[in-house]
Amino acid sequence: MKWRDPLILVFLIFVLWEALYLLVGDVALRSPATTVHNLGNLLNDPRFLPHINETAIAFAQGFAIAVVVGLLIGVPLGAARFAGEVAEPILVAIYSIPKVTLYPVILLVFGIGMPAKVAFGAIHGIVPISIFAMNAVRNINPTHLRTARAMRMSWLALTLKILIPAALPEIVSGIRVGFSLALIGTLLGEMFGSQRGLGHLLMQAMSLHNIERILALTLLLVVFAAGVNALLLALDRRLHARA
Amino acid sequence: MKVSLVRWMVIVGAVGLLEILCRLGVIPNFTVIPPSAMAQSLWKILASGKFSHDIAATLVNVGIAIVSAMIAGVALGTALHGWPAARRTLDPLFATYYAVPMYAFYPLLIVIFGLGDFPQVAIGFLLAVMAVIINTLNGLDRVPAVLLKTARVHGLGFIQEAFHIRLPYAAPYVFTGFKLAVAYSFIGVIGAEFITSSRGIGYEISFAYNNFDNPVMYAMILFILLLVITVNMSLHAWEKRLLSRRRRA
Repeated sequence: MKWRDPLILVFLIFVLWEALYLLVGDVALRSPATTVHNLGNLLNDPRFLPHINETAIAFAQGFAIAVVVGLLIGVPLGAARFAGEVAEPILVAIYSIPKVTLYPVILLVFGIGMPAKVAFGAIHGIVPISIFAMNAVRNINPTHLRTARAMRMSWLALTLKILIPAALPEIVSGIRVGFSLALIGTLLGEMFGSQRGLGHLLMQAMSLHNIERILALTLLLVVFAAGVNALLLALDRRLHARA
Repeated sequence: MKVSLVRWMVIVGAVGLLEILCRLGVIPNFTVIPPSAMAQSLWKILASGKFSHDIAATLVNVGIAIVSAMIAGVALGTALHGWPAARRTLDPLFATYYAVPMYAFYPLLIVIFGLGDFPQVAIGFLLAVMAVIINTLNGLDRVPAVLLKTARVHGLGFIQEAFHIRLPYAAPYVFTGFKLAVAYSFIGVIGAEFITSSRGIGYEISFAYNNFDNPVMYAMILFILLLVITVNMSLHAWEKRLLSRRRRA
């Protein structure tokens, strides 16, 4: 029952894709079956693996930095109410700016290559993670904290038994949003300032009008992003249901 | 009051610090130019009208993306609300939509539609429309049953009911969707201009970057930041007024 709707949806998307292909033809599109086949070939190509590796490493580093820095910003701002109120509109404003605009600055600071990509992924992920973490900590029920004090809980017990369980669901929601944005950031970084990685391959395929390559890469990225998001969403929902 | 005072002090302090670090040469000028130089250069550019065409092109594209996302989003949201089976099937799509890197579709859109303005508008629209749909659905879910019963008593049809009861009641939530649509349209269109395009603010920034023209580049970056932040802050203030009026009523 739970699996039915996503399966219907995936089926519908493939039907629409096939219909669109029949409509516009080989000039602009390939059929879903051909694309899956092309993606299979691509994944078996030894020249392709270094690019996946490059993107994976850049993304993993950028995402890890985003989580650590996001929590380091968000948790203290949630605990200190005044500082949080001062910072929140600033964070929201930063969240709403098109961060692509800052890519020349990142490239000037870090140079072309790995560090720029990591930084670009990280700045996309940091802000949402810190906003969610701030709200998570701010909204911890004060009654719980007073109860803990009345029971003379140790600092460690307070952290393990109250702070973390109370704040974790929202923090996981933030990490889910941060995950997607850090991935987008890493890919954008590769599109502009890199000679390697999936983003670079996409740009290259675009300038060569290589439709097979574009579709195969897009499919790979969509499946990866949607898959991880589904896992994080399941975890997110379970944590929120328990809380 | 005190909060916003401290907030301004933080912002002014940060800009001032950047200015001092740049003037002292701690941050070299070929990396970042002082904020005062950015503002000066921006003023000169705006006065000369050099980039008026690009600015207009970007704003028109963003505008088209916003308006079409608003109309399509409210229409689709209302339709889906009246068709629960379809909504349930599409629910996984709503949940994963923003996880998918939308720019990955840009090369495909370029191949299909060519190098005009359409691919940029499409990216802005695609990013924006889902926020409107989700928030419209969210608002429509909250319409109290008693209002709908009144509508039935008066014999309103689906369209009439939507325009007279459901949508007005859901307005504040729909507005939240519009606010996000504005932010996403800017992000989508300007981002796409960076990747490949022949005009627009994003194009001019990347052109200036490739020519080591820091004064122009930083002026236009500053322009985008000021523009987007002003638009978002005004919408945010407007939304707050709307919500507080709703609470009083």
